Amino acid sequence: MEAVFAVVVGIFFTAAIYLMLSRYSIRIMLGIAILGNAVNLLLFTAGRVTREVPPIIQRGSTTLDLAAANPLPQALILTAIVISFSFLAFLLVLTYRAYQALKTDDTDEMRLAEPEERPLPPLGY
Amino acid sequence: MAGPTDIAVDLSQALVAAPIPMGHWLVISPIVLCIGLGAILLMLRNRTEWQAAVAIPGLVLLVLIDAALLYRVVSDGAVTMVMGRWLPPFGIAFTVDIFGALMALAAALVALAASFYSLGEITVSSRRYGFFPFLMLLLAGVSGAFLTGDVFNLYVWFEVLLISSFGLLILGSEPEQIDGALKYAVLNLIATTLFLVSVGYLYAVFGTLNMADIAVKVRAGDSNAPLMTLAGLFLLAFGMKAAAFPVNFWLPASYHTPRITVSALFAGLLTKVGIYALIRILVMLLPVERAGLGPLVTIIAIVTMLVGMMGALGANDIRRMLGYIVISGIGTMLAGVALGSVDGLSGTIFYALHSMVLMTALYLIAGQAAHLGGGFSLTVLGGLYRQNGWFAGLSLVLFLAISGLPPFSGFWPKVVLVKAAFAAGAWWLAAAILLVGFLTTIVSGRVFLLAYWRPAAASVTAERMKWHAALPLLGLALLVVGFGLFPEWLLHLTHAAALGLEQPTAYLQSVFPAAGGAQ
Repeated sequence: MEAVFAVVVGIFFTAAIYLMLSRYSIRIMLGIAILGNAVNLLLFTAGRVTREVPPIIQRGSTTLDLAAANPLPQALILTAIVISFSFLAFLLVLTYRAYQALKTDDTDEMRLAEPEERPLPPLGY
Repeated sequence: MAGPTDIAVDLSQALVAAPIPMGHWLVISPIVLCIGLGAILLMLRNRTEWQAAVAIPGLVLLVLIDAALLYRVVSDGAVTMVMGRWLPPFGIAFTVDIFGALMALAAALVALAASFYSLGEITVSSRRYGFFPFLMLLLAGVSGAFLTGDVFNLYVWFEVLLISSFGLLILGSEPEQIDGALKYAVLNLIATTLFLVSVGYLYAVFGTLNMADIAVKVRAGDSNAPLMTLAGLFLLAFGMKAAAFPVNFWLPASYHTPRITVSALFAGLLTKVGIYALIRILVMLLPVERAGLGPLVTIIAIVTMLVGMMGALGANDIRRMLGYIVISGIGTMLAGVALGSVDGLSGTIFYALHSMVLMTALYLIAGQAAHLGGGFSLTVLGGLYRQNGWFAGLSLVLFLAISGLPPFSGFWPKVVLVKAAFAAGAWWLAAAILLVGFLTTIVSGRVFLLAYWRPAAASVTAERMKWHAALPLLGLALLVVGFGLFPEWLLHLTHAAALGLEQPTAYLQSVFPAAGGAQ
């Protein structure tokens, strides 16, 4: 099962990196969305994939049964999902705002903060 | 995992039975205070004129708490606070050693100085955007990152400081700021995601995310996992956060766009959190892999230093120039990480503290120079010395300090680093540090020549510095001069901090007191 997940994670990362290398900010956003999901799947696989056995201690026993699902990675993923979701929302608003203010979604043309022809500092008095 | 047995599970090893001692609350009080103040300041969003009156006393309190924490850590050793009754490695622990406490105190001092400066610079509209609440949440994230003892928790604090920094960066929503913020936001989010990837692998290898637990397991050496790859991933993620060479280009694209107070805060706090995390993970948790990556880190350090200096030499805008100086400072700090010896780390920690205070002060100086001289461009500025001699003197002190010249605080960490480099036989590293010091002198000398000594283009009336600009600058300059003249105390502390990273017995003992440092 882990092998299948590893392949899926790999495909996700490939797609995310391909999209993030694009010039257009909206594609970069899509790449970041996929990247977040790739990482969540990776965290899930890192906790070892077991078949659906909830980690509940049986009556009369004091320890868990042989193979129970690991709850910790799920807690980690939950945190990571919430965080990446909120960041993606913020970034989408920022991209839209940038599109409105700069009239372009091509990152090559977003040169306001770093003008193409920068003035040299004065070389003498 | 054991099968069902009749043996009673010993819960005393997993649960906190005794109430938490009062003194341990000191560990999380900086974070609680910052988040609480942030909430109060948000409630005051319709009464922005009250915000400063709440924020500044709050920051003074934060400085006092961090100083008390440092005092306690120095006198008693590392302190651990455990949350929610679960003992580590099950529960989340906040552990402070001298390194974390020193960084947290410096961060609080920097924020206090910047908040004073903001009184004159952050206008009503910027306050409506939420300058003070964002400042408090940024500090909560920074303090949390410095004080936590859990890798996943570190990730969460990184996100807290990241989202607050986004808010601060677009304070004012000018097109230039939005442009800078987009690049900053995307690249920093990718860096944090890379960090999360490394955290996932760390969990897959060790099955725990508690730093002390990982340190114990690594030192027991029972893992055949590809730890080198893991260390490389961490280096990439934190290198991006700290703006080390191949992944540094977001910094000069964004640091000059926000309000100068915000730039000063960013330069003082954010890249240093990356360095802190890099030292914590690579030196304390994965020492063998750090030694393996040593040659690579050496190259990164040297190239970062030189690339930063090249950029600074070619920059016309003072703020952009300072951004490149921040990058070259990161290279100097990485030199100590590359060496990995106690002396090298001690130099790095000293340099990080010095750079936090000094880079903030220099950005504030740039803001004041633009206020007096009418712009940030070196082609515009002129005649500042004639206009205000006191301000020129103060600037000169800070410029000499960034160059690493003797009577100021930049000198000692460079001496320690160069000595450590020679002790390790890495003369090229020592040469790079000295060369960069020389180039920085040229850069700051040129600024002084052009902006201060060159006659002003138009006759400007001499203007007095306002108290809310002069006070933080004087305070920061006093720190710089004080630690330049009397470095023994801080050198002693940073040496102890570096020793604590190299042999974290005290750290481990504070997390696992019953086991005596080993499980």
